[in-house]
Amino acid sequence: MASTPRAQAMTGAEAVRRSIEGGRTDWRSVAFQGFLVLLLVLTLAVLAWLLVVVFVNGVPVLAERGADFLFSPLASRPAEAGVGQAIVGSLYLMLFVALISFPLGIGAAVYLEEYAHDSRFTRLINTIVRNLAGVPSIVYGLLGLAIFVVALADFTGGRSLLSGGLTMAILVLPIVIITSAEALRAVPGAIREAAFGVGATRWEVVRSHVLPYAAPGIFTGTILSMARAFGETAPLILVGAVVGGFNVEYDNILGTLQGRYTALPTTVYDWARKPPSFSGNVYAAIVVLIVVLLLVNALAIYLRNRFERRW
Amino acid sequence: MKTRDPKPAEPERDVREGPTIRVMATQTLDESEQIEPAAAGEHGSLDFAADEVVFDLQSLSCFYGSFRAVRDISLRVPKNQVTAIIGPSGCGKSTLLRSFNRMNDLVDSARIEGRILYHGVDLYADGVDPVEVRRRIGMVFQKPNPFPKSIYDNVAFGPRVAGYKGNMDELVERSLKRAAIWDEVHDKLREPGTALSGGQQQRLCIARAIAVEPDVILMDEPCSALDPIATLKIEELMRELKQNYTIVIVTHNMQQAARASDFTAFLTMGEDRAGYLVEMAPTQDLFTRPAHRLTEDYITGRFG
Repeated sequence: MASTPRAQAMTGAEAVRRSIEGGRTDWRSVAFQGFLVLLLVLTLAVLAWLLVVVFVNGVPVLAERGADFLFSPLASRPAEAGVGQAIVGSLYLMLFVALISFPLGIGAAVYLEEYAHDSRFTRLINTIVRNLAGVPSIVYGLLGLAIFVVALADFTGGRSLLSGGLTMAILVLPIVIITSAEALRAVPGAIREAAFGVGATRWEVVRSHVLPYAAPGIFTGTILSMARAFGETAPLILVGAVVGGFNVEYDNILGTLQGRYTALPTTVYDWARKPPSFSGNVYAAIVVLIVVLLLVNALAIYLRNRFERRW
Repeated sequence: MKTRDPKPAEPERDVREGPTIRVMATQTLDESEQIEPAAAGEHGSLDFAADEVVFDLQSLSCFYGSFRAVRDISLRVPKNQVTAIIGPSGCGKSTLLRSFNRMNDLVDSARIEGRILYHGVDLYADGVDPVEVRRRIGMVFQKPNPFPKSIYDNVAFGPRVAGYKGNMDELVERSLKRAAIWDEVHDKLREPGTALSGGQQQRLCIARAIAVEPDVILMDEPCSALDPIATLKIEELMRELKQNYTIVIVTHNMQQAARASDFTAFLTMGEDRAGYLVEMAPTQDLFTRPAHRLTEDYITGRFG
């Protein structure tokens, strides 16, 4: 009781220290954190296991066959079969996606974001586009089958590269529209006002400002949509990607477009149904597919980081 | 009635219409009937000579959809003067300003009633091209918004789209000089405008507005994002620019209106949240001898 003021201060500090120093461990919090980590590990483990199996089985075949595997055509004997036609077919499909869905999709996005008035109709269109992006790809396959393969057979040549490419282009169109619209929306309204404020027309505002500033985002989105097209299998089976050996000389453009074709994922699907002697080829083809997809995604990420704009 | 000493703190400023001309807005809170254009002069408008009037607002109301943001404003904006629009937040100052160069056209739901005569021509008449209107009536925004392009291209964009055929380098230099930023940027015209400080960016935006050689410059709270030193620079600049341009500035900073403007219009909002004009007067008068109780309350900080 007869403590000096100094001593009182000490006990005061002591009390504060005791009250702010942690007491018991909060076990529930620890348990929850542990649970979250477990979920993460499980998720990654599945992915890692998948990749390990694919690479362990696929890389030896690739190493053994080398360029031969990448450039050989489909064949009935595993040791001779390669993904040459599949790669060319997939590249053609990506080219179609680029040529058809990019101009259409980016144009639609520019219209919806920059020109269309905010009406019930516009909102309906936006909702429809969003829902179309979620439609299963097999449905697009059926659409392609009905329209391009059957109804427009004279033009497309039936189950042809042209049919497949058009189907793929329609498949990714909603994604291109959505990602482009998001990139356009990310351009601040203040920039548009600034341009309008000095007497620019809407066309000049879009051409000189909005589109250039949104371009990195648009490119990223469109590249990812190409990757999507590259990896799709289901619609291609319906619209006639060939799943057996076939002979195509890729020298005559029109003949090629109206001719038979195959694509990398379709080839994987086909080989996977063949006798076990093909399993090495399957893994090797999957490795090629994954590597291409990773490269495309890496390009998209690089472009996004390289040109990302902060407002 | 007035209890405050009306003695001016400094000699009367050079206000050409004399110090005491002031008309109180005959604002009623109920729905006002359509005012005949001829009678509009009596409503909150100072009596300027006809050729001195740049904007003549006649019973202007602005709507967003069914919401009336600005109600029945009649006022006149004089040539080669700085006219400030003050008032509490949300009273429609910016909406009013944006109707002057048809910037509100960009908002789908926006429309106006009443008329805005610009040098006697109805800005909203059929056949008036808003793009041409905005070339003549430039705008500086609340937040500096340079294009993410070079300083040079920021200034040159307006003249380019206007089809300017003269020497662009000279025009860019002249515009930057008039905006009092040339000395700071003359050696880095190729660097991005976004790399400048906030105050510099705002002066760049003023240079950009000047470059199309407009008649009027609208400024929407141009200093609200700036520090006091940058603010003073912009205010100084406004005083210089009024030699060549008519300036209308929206500000929520009363000191700024008092320092930088020749005329001040005070807006407030009614119970329907629509802004209306309380009074417009030479700035000196409005701040020393407000005619309306609402004005007095606002400028003495009792309200708003």
